[in-house]
Amino acid sequence: MFSAQKSCGSRKGAFARALQKEWRQYRYVYLMAIPMIVYYILFCYMPMYGASIAFKDFVPKLKIAGSPWVGFKHFRSFFQSVYFTRLLTNTLALSLGNLVFGFPAPIILAILLNEVRQNWFKRTVQTISYLPHFISVMVICGMIVDFTASGGVINDLLSLFGFKRQTMLLNPSLFRPIYIISEIWQSVGWGSIVYLAALTAVDPALYEAARIDGAGKFRQILHVTLPGIAPTIVVMLILKMGSMMSVGSEKVLLLYNSNTYSTADVISTYVYRKGLLENNFSFSTAVGLFNSVINFTLVVLANQISRKVNDTSLW
Amino acid sequence: MHIKQTRGERAFEVVNLFILTLVVVVTLYPFLHVVFASFSNPNLLAAHSGVLLHPLGFSLEAYKAVLSQSDIYTGYRNTLFLVIVGTCISLSITVLSAYVLSRRGFRLRPLLNLMAVFTMFFSGGLIPFYLQIRTLGLRESLWGLILPTAMSTYNLIVLRTAFYSVPVSLEEAARMDGAQDFTILFRVILPITGPSIAVMILFYGVSYWNSWFYAMVLLGGRRELYPLQLILREILIMSSADSMIDLDINDRAIISQTIKYATIIVSTVPVLAIYPFLQKYFVAGMMVGAVKE
Repeated sequence: MFSAQKSCGSRKGAFARALQKEWRQYRYVYLMAIPMIVYYILFCYMPMYGASIAFKDFVPKLKIAGSPWVGFKHFRSFFQSVYFTRLLTNTLALSLGNLVFGFPAPIILAILLNEVRQNWFKRTVQTISYLPHFISVMVICGMIVDFTASGGVINDLLSLFGFKRQTMLLNPSLFRPIYIISEIWQSVGWGSIVYLAALTAVDPALYEAARIDGAGKFRQILHVTLPGIAPTIVVMLILKMGSMMSVGSEKVLLLYNSNTYSTADVISTYVYRKGLLENNFSFSTAVGLFNSVINFTLVVLANQISRKVNDTSLW
Repeated sequence: MHIKQTRGERAFEVVNLFILTLVVVVTLYPFLHVVFASFSNPNLLAAHSGVLLHPLGFSLEAYKAVLSQSDIYTGYRNTLFLVIVGTCISLSITVLSAYVLSRRGFRLRPLLNLMAVFTMFFSGGLIPFYLQIRTLGLRESLWGLILPTAMSTYNLIVLRTAFYSVPVSLEEAARMDGAQDFTILFRVILPITGPSIAVMILFYGVSYWNSWFYAMVLLGGRRELYPLQLILREILIMSSADSMIDLDINDRAIISQTIKYATIIVSTVPVLAIYPFLQKYFVAGMMVGAVKE
């Protein structure tokens, strides 16, 4: 290789040769890369360019490039609107609630499952608890709508304890609990898989030792189990933190209504309504872009923290 | 190994089994409620209050009403199209891309890698995405529900990691025998990474089955293209079950309740039917994502 380069003399020739070699070796790989490049450009990077209409007054006829620039006008009007704090609060309330209540749930389930000695029972619980993960959000929401109706089963049960019957989805103060509880119901089993796998790696000898030292079950869990799966917990927590501001719109869209906007309307649903129902393209793109930028910052931050804390990072 | 349990440990075990049984009950009850209610006599059900432990009476009225709806059939047909064609397209593009990203000496690899991973953390947002789809003329067609979301970058990364872990020596041996990239992909890599491919099919299949948001956004009034989930939305969320039957208003309200339940069952049975066969891939599927290159 080296001698060949020398004999050919000019650097250009060497470059052409390297290019030729690369082509000979990887021409099929280049061919295989085409769908991917086309896909990402068409459906990811063109929309990123399209996001520039956040700084323009988009006129469909003039296309994206021809629409006039307006600077930060749309961002300003969003920050100054009455909805700004409400959307921010609602988005954070849902994701924080999910984090505080939803994050420990699969960990606890995994630890409890790990203590079960009857294998058939353990497997049965696992099989059943994974099931809701595969049920479509539409069916889940259909069941929620039905169970929380004033004649629904939840009201039936609550009325036994003297609570007044109500259509729960019309009550703004109940939206967050309904959202978070159903979220936990759907994801706790599936979420526990990661921790169960991590638990299999904990050395049984440690439990033996703890037992000989007189540690009861709770102390074993506290001093052996939890430290054993701590790295997994930290990684999952960081991943969760990164998606703090991206509350999915699907479930909210299906469960909210104009009565509960005050607690249920989040950034993504607002973008949907403003943009696609009211055709306020530029304004809602600005709102979406604001959200994207915050998300991006959160992910980068979470990754930095992760790298510092336990040498695990996403990139 | 059999060690005698202390009293505390026995107590713990009992409490533990109790809690887990409770988890099972809470998880299963909503499904059972729906099953029982769907077979119940509508009038008895309307008069009933509290939990259901068995069907009240027995009636197939609701199922008859649901199955006489042409909407359900078109919904099923469109959803099957999305699941089958969509999963094939998604799988092909993901496999090819994962192969590209797992070529160690490929010059474009770092760049393509960055191009893919960046999209996981930043996007243009809903509106520009929608406008792009509109520009490409994919609105009001089932292709618009497949192509724009064909690749999940997360799945791509998972599969890339799986391909990357295939020993280079196998590939080199094949190359010695004169195999080119396509042969290596189909004859060497895919057979070895079968379980990961199964997981991809599972993930893509489930996501096509469940998807409805872009269908709602892109299909507009083209009802004949609605996937099952959008038909469900009308019946379950927007409560149009009433219109399915030709009765006076009172009876309608009563039977529409059981129709909702029957609809849930009819639309969920396929998932429940294949659930046991998919189960062995769950753990593999969940774990592949945890592995880093």
